[in-house]
Amino acid sequence: MSIFQELTNRDQVFEFLAPVQSPVDVRHGPILYMEDVSVSFDGFKAINNLNLTIDDGELRCIIGPNGAGKTTMMDIITGKTRPDTGSVWFGSRHNLLTMNEPDIATLGIGRKFQKPTVFEALTVFENLELAMATDKRIFPTLTATMKPEYRERIEEVLEMIGLKDLRNAPAGILSHGQKQWLEIGMLLMQKPRLLLVDEPVAGMTEQEMERTAELLTSLAGKQSVVVVEHDMGFVRSIARKVTVLHQGSVLAEGSMDQVSNDPEVVKVYLGEEA
Amino acid sequence: MWLTRPLQERSTQIFLGVLFGALVIVSALHLFMPQDSALYVSSYTVTLLGKYLCYALLAVAVDLVWGYLGILSLGHGAFFALGGYAMGMYLMRQIGDRGVYGDPVLPDFMVFLNWQELPWYWAGFDMAWFAFIMVLLAPGILALVFGFLAFRSRVTGVYLSIITQALTFALMLAFFRNEMGFGGNNGLTDFKDILGFDLRTDATRLGLFLATGIALAIGYVICRGIVTSKLGRVSVACRDAEARTRFIGYRVERVQLFVFVVSAMLAGVAGALYVPQVGIINPSEFSPLFSIEVVVWVALGGRATLYGAVIGALLVNYAKTVFTGIMPDAWLFALGGLFVLVTVFLPKGIAGLMSRRSKKDDTDTPAAQEATA
Ligand SMILES: Nc1ncnc2c1ncn2[C@@H]1O[C@H](COP(=O)(O)OP(=O)(O)O)[C@@H](O)[C@H]1O
Ligand SMILES: [Mg+2]
Repeated sequence: MSIFQELTNRDQVFEFLAPVQSPVDVRHGPILYMEDVSVSFDGFKAINNLNLTIDDGELRCIIGPNGAGKTTMMDIITGKTRPDTGSVWFGSRHNLLTMNEPDIATLGIGRKFQKPTVFEALTVFENLELAMATDKRIFPTLTATMKPEYRERIEEVLEMIGLKDLRNAPAGILSHGQKQWLEIGMLLMQKPRLLLVDEPVAGMTEQEMERTAELLTSLAGKQSVVVVEHDMGFVRSIARKVTVLHQGSVLAEGSMDQVSNDPEVVKVYLGEEA
Repeated sequence: MWLTRPLQERSTQIFLGVLFGALVIVSALHLFMPQDSALYVSSYTVTLLGKYLCYALLAVAVDLVWGYLGILSLGHGAFFALGGYAMGMYLMRQIGDRGVYGDPVLPDFMVFLNWQELPWYWAGFDMAWFAFIMVLLAPGILALVFGFLAFRSRVTGVYLSIITQALTFALMLAFFRNEMGFGGNNGLTDFKDILGFDLRTDATRLGLFLATGIALAIGYVICRGIVTSKLGRVSVACRDAEARTRFIGYRVERVQLFVFVVSAMLAGVAGALYVPQVGIINPSEFSPLFSIEVVVWVALGGRATLYGAVIGALLVNYAKTVFTGIMPDAWLFALGGLFVLVTVFLPKGIAGLMSRRSKKDDTDTPAAQEATA
């Protein structure tokens, strides 16, 4: 009888049916570790000996003038661009330089693009459905059905991003700010360990910005979040630790007050804005 | 189940209803009307309609990859022709010793070329089951290899369209050669019977017409099943924002490969049903122009609707039959003109005219239907 029960309780017999535990190993410190990373495009060093460490659960802001290499840095982490030299580790187990984009995404790195990209022909609901952390291979996707717990999860995220009433609208008709949010919602559906968010508040109203700040700060702790942003007011409102990027490498790192008083930083970046 | 989901959908029910209705009506008019009646459908017309249905299935296959995956294949004629050749080889072997030269094994053109024995790749084609599997496998494997190479190196857009043209052109040149063993520019012809039924009898012709209609129905339901599944939504995602799709964890190149291979196999089936009805398969089916024409049918009917592809294929080919009867040389101009007119005035094709209802259908389906699934 007990053997029978064991057999019917299949998630214990077959390990692969058990709920997936994140394989990322952060026992030895940081969740993301970039060392001496360089990449050049036609001789131009977009990233130059970049060293960056993100702790598990941290919320980090990255600032820097246009062309500093912020987006390129995200391209490297997510497998879109391969660096010429250096190493990039996710936890202490996964060498990201040996993996492709879908594998990195599945492992738990989610990304929001600088220019919001959602699937415009699909509805808001379907956008979230596709992003959901499920088996993304061909046949499981072909035979997938909408389970109640999936629906619940989508509704939850719809609530969080304030698009509940637009769930059946095609994403193409959303405003710029709403698209930004939908994209953040898609990130949340992926349940990533690390979120890379490229200029999330571009094109948002003051009020939308506040809600985004709230959302991002509420995520930190459970997940690690890296935010690239231009808007200083926004950065000030969420940042605990700020990294200043300049010409492809780290110029300064510390609290917002520290870096904004750093003479080097003032010279290259804050100075030109003031 | 993804395959049965379309059957619960209004638009598919209407499509199947109209299709089966048409099959029944044509059969009845053919069988029961006196020959001198105005309503009598001749055996010639039945076969002509069967040919149109083959084209319709081919158009559905093209719409699956172009409309929903964003891959503009200008080489689907190659998959159609390969399916046709697989069927043609079976029909050749069925001739047996009834050929002009009376050789029990070798087809006439091989005797003519003084070949002593059947090339190895003709082996097995005397068995219907083997040939019918090859109808799926030959185009499927070509699509698999071609797609694997193209999608893995992320060739998309115009470049992909151009290499699909090159593919079908290269195959056309190859099949023109006598040494290839496919009958050179004459192709395969003089078929006698299929599965033991005489191809010249009215009953066999009607049977082939009905079989084509059923194949179209099945092909449509398979495509619709893919399109309304989550994989269909992922295809649309690949079409509209490929990079984004990768970053949420889908292997875009595998999605493309899967859909492309399914589409190629459907095109192969269309070709296989075409050959016994027209009585010949030759390298002209590989002609790049033919593949482009198929795309024009789909564009005229309305991209990304599937039923639009069917309407486009039927209308254009009917127009072609009528037109070439009156002014054979002007057909290409007429087709070009029609294409320009529709692109300018009906960017969503003929289906766009009647899409108001189906649009509502589309946005409601995934959320509404899967709740009950
Ligand atoms: N694929 C590429 N090819 C050539 N140059 C590039 C490429 N990607 C980025 N760059 C260059 O690298 C520099 C850094 O760009 P980017 O990372 O987008 O800056 P940021 O996001 O900080 O504004 C820019 O000068 C940009 O022109
Ligand atoms: Mg940038």
